[in-house]
Amino acid sequence: MPLSPKLTADQLATNLGDIAPRYSEQQAIVESSRCLFCFDAPCITACPTGIDIPAFIKKIMTGNVTGAARTILSANILGASCARVCPTEVLCEGACVMLDRDSDPIKIGRLQRYATDHVYENRIPVLKPAAKKSGKRVAVIGGGPAGMGCAAELARLGHEVVIFERKPNAGGLNTYGIAYYKMKPAVSLEEVALVKSLGVEFRCGVEVGEDVTRADLERFDAIFIGVGLGDGKRLRIPGEDLPEVIDALTFIEQIHTDPLHQIPVGARVAVIGCGNTAIDAATQARRLGAEEVIVIYRRGELQMSAYAFEYDLAKRDGATFLFHHTPVEVLGRDGHVTGLRLARTRFNDSGALEQVEGSEFTEPFDMVLKAVGQQKQSEWLTKLFPGLELNRNGTMVRDFETGRTSLPRVFTGGDCANGGREVVNAVGEGKKAARGMHKMFGEAEVVGPIQPSRWGVANGPFGSGLDAPIRVPELEAKYEQLSPASHPEPATSALT
Amino acid sequence: MADLSTNLAGIKSPNPFWIASGPPGNTAYQAHRAFEAGWGGVVWKTIGDPIRNVSSRYSSIDYGNMRMVGLNNIELISDRSPETNFREIAEVKKRWPNHAVIASLMVDTRENWHDFVKRSADYGADGIELNFGCPHGMCERGMGSAVGQNPDVAQTIIEWVMEVATIPVIAKLTPNITDITAAARAAKRGGANAISLINTINSITQVDLDTFVPEPFVGGLSSHGGYCGPAVKPIALNMLQSCASDPEVGLPISGIGGIATWRDAAEFVALGSTTVQVCTAVMHYGFRIVEDMIDGLGDYLDSKGFKSLEDLRGRAVDTVRKWETLDLNYKRIAEIDYGKCIGCNLCYIACEDGAHQAIALADPAPYDLGPGRIPGKPVPEIKEEECVGCNLCSLVCPVHGCITMVSVETGLEPLAWADYQTRLAAGDATAFPPHP
Repeated sequence: MPLSPKLTADQLATNLGDIAPRYSEQQAIVESSRCLFCFDAPCITACPTGIDIPAFIKKIMTGNVTGAARTILSANILGASCARVCPTEVLCEGACVMLDRDSDPIKIGRLQRYATDHVYENRIPVLKPAAKKSGKRVAVIGGGPAGMGCAAELARLGHEVVIFERKPNAGGLNTYGIAYYKMKPAVSLEEVALVKSLGVEFRCGVEVGEDVTRADLERFDAIFIGVGLGDGKRLRIPGEDLPEVIDALTFIEQIHTDPLHQIPVGARVAVIGCGNTAIDAATQARRLGAEEVIVIYRRGELQMSAYAFEYDLAKRDGATFLFHHTPVEVLGRDGHVTGLRLARTRFNDSGALEQVEGSEFTEPFDMVLKAVGQQKQSEWLTKLFPGLELNRNGTMVRDFETGRTSLPRVFTGGDCANGGREVVNAVGEGKKAARGMHKMFGEAEVVGPIQPSRWGVANGPFGSGLDAPIRVPELEAKYEQLSPASHPEPATSALT
Repeated sequence: MADLSTNLAGIKSPNPFWIASGPPGNTAYQAHRAFEAGWGGVVWKTIGDPIRNVSSRYSSIDYGNMRMVGLNNIELISDRSPETNFREIAEVKKRWPNHAVIASLMVDTRENWHDFVKRSADYGADGIELNFGCPHGMCERGMGSAVGQNPDVAQTIIEWVMEVATIPVIAKLTPNITDITAAARAAKRGGANAISLINTINSITQVDLDTFVPEPFVGGLSSHGGYCGPAVKPIALNMLQSCASDPEVGLPISGIGGIATWRDAAEFVALGSTTVQVCTAVMHYGFRIVEDMIDGLGDYLDSKGFKSLEDLRGRAVDTVRKWETLDLNYKRIAEIDYGKCIGCNLCYIACEDGAHQAIALADPAPYDLGPGRIPGKPVPEIKEEECVGCNLCSLVCPVHGCITMVSVETGLEPLAWADYQTRLAAGDATAFPPHP
């Protein structure tokens, strides 16, 4: 059967409403008062953009909410979206010293949202375009978090920037791909407007390589590649092309572009994969009215790449999990999905995952959401930039401090460079690349932000998460070896 | 449990906890509620010629999440007639014969003082408190702190009162004075049976940054208010100790100023109070707080093996001396328990920027740190040679028991400044070199 919307607009507004609503003034003061205002606070070092978190929290406490937002946005231009989408449990809040004092960490994300909402809602300009222009021009390919992070920093340093974006709106996954209950697309579009206000030019609906040629790009003084990842990976099993087999990101994008009450969803939905996108798809399918959502993962609970708190959320939303199973065929009738043929899997003696012979069975489903990772853009990259050196996993060889690729004037950051990490990593990498270019243009090196009280302190200022993150640059390379996101899942089969 | 009963210059109460003169002791209804909750005494809201109050009346300061760390008010004495107040005192005494009811009085002429003092006794009050302290409103009319700030005037009024007093008289002193012992000695000379302190402190708590009128706002203006609450406790303790240690005062004392818990009360008793009076904490939380005060204080006395409050009273008075008697050769230094340290490094920056640069940020490797610490993050390390034992790091440390101050053996004979000066003059000592 074709899929249909399940709930009314009112029900959906409730179901997909903010999961972590904005703090009231009272809540913000109570929460900010808990902050110890650490010296060289670990939360700063855990933030990939190095926001001076204790400083902005202190400002909230004193009622200087505009100043708090200035502190946030000058370190992280996407502070409003990061406040909503950052996995704070494993970043700033995970580093909070309160955890060592047997208490809850300060709710940094919620406070950050409180501060940034204040300036967006009241239209208070906190960042200004650079007064002095350098005359340098930079092309930024991709208007997602990395591109915006790079463009904003460049603009603030006085350089001219043009962002080329394929979609009708910039913002990347922030505009099209975040779970709706975490963030509405309007927040991302406000951020695009902020970057524009710094003098950055956006050219949306432009395909680089077609509408804009390499020769066009060569006229810029530097190029930043922030194109993210490509289409979702295929399952490569029979029946995959039935209309109710949908890529999870496509499904999520639809939630962001269509009215909620017009979004079709299945009654019994299978989600294939168990990363954070799978969770987003599962929870949103439930919230859109799916009666049953089953997340199917070929490995076990311990191997899933979804964060623990995302896993908990999906369970609370009523999704169920089927571990050690893999789809072998999408079943259909009259051109529509009717179910999946599944097989059990196990780790064999040598530790490899294998399908258990004779374990196949069928389960009825009317919708299948694929969340088995995204493809790298290797083909597009090497076509447009012959000579660009890639790692074996499809990420770009680059200098972790500056984002500089193997090509002299080409820089990169974000998912296409790191293989797929958080929004905040993309912003930080974009910013580092901007500073790398700035230095390349012969300008003075830019660092920080570092807590003002740290300047001039002898014996190793611990710095910010941008310059000296908890995962120090030397470890970045190692991280990419270890990160599940960077482990390319062979596209030959759903089963590895 | 230890005996909590008290006797202040003949005024007996089942425990030392009295409601201080103010809004909570305004009516018989409130006094009944206070006694039902367990309070030992009530000092009635000051009785005098009925006044007309303004609206609004109170203001406060908050600190972080803490509301009303300090409270001020511009409310005057009772706005009810003396007849009503005295009649209600009689009612309350009838029902609570073993509890203390003290009439707080503030009038002007000798004749009026005589009249009010006599009526207080006639209606059954156990004692009288002379309000020489209110720093707002009444002082502009020559009463309240205008009296308390002029020891001679205070003495004269006490003498008038004592001419007719048949029940104990407590003189309540204002802190808005350079040396409170001058006022306490005047009370003694005038013949008062006891003193109580402190009354409220002159204050402006906050300025509205839109209207530029401080709170409490009264039709576009404000006025200096009397400040009280937890924030004033250190000032009260200081004045209490000054009076308790002054041999020329020698009067029993009812302590007032920021008392909110049994611990505060115990500190007041240790510095010489016989009873303690509470107002702001009741204005904040109601009469019910006394339950914790009673069993907290009782359990504390038991834990110390004290049989009654007498065993605690004044124990700390004599440990506060002139600075010149302190041992210049005593030394304590900070010690960090790294297992408890959470890595906020507030101790480091407090010492570095705010004190004596005696804490280093050091390589964490040699230390056995608690769980969850960020790898490589520097840890604070006390430079023992530089540490002057100022206490600041232990004060800012947000973890209980993480930084403790420990005495260290210097091997030097005790040497007080006064002795040092004597020895220097006699040529028996060489001068300490200045700190580098």
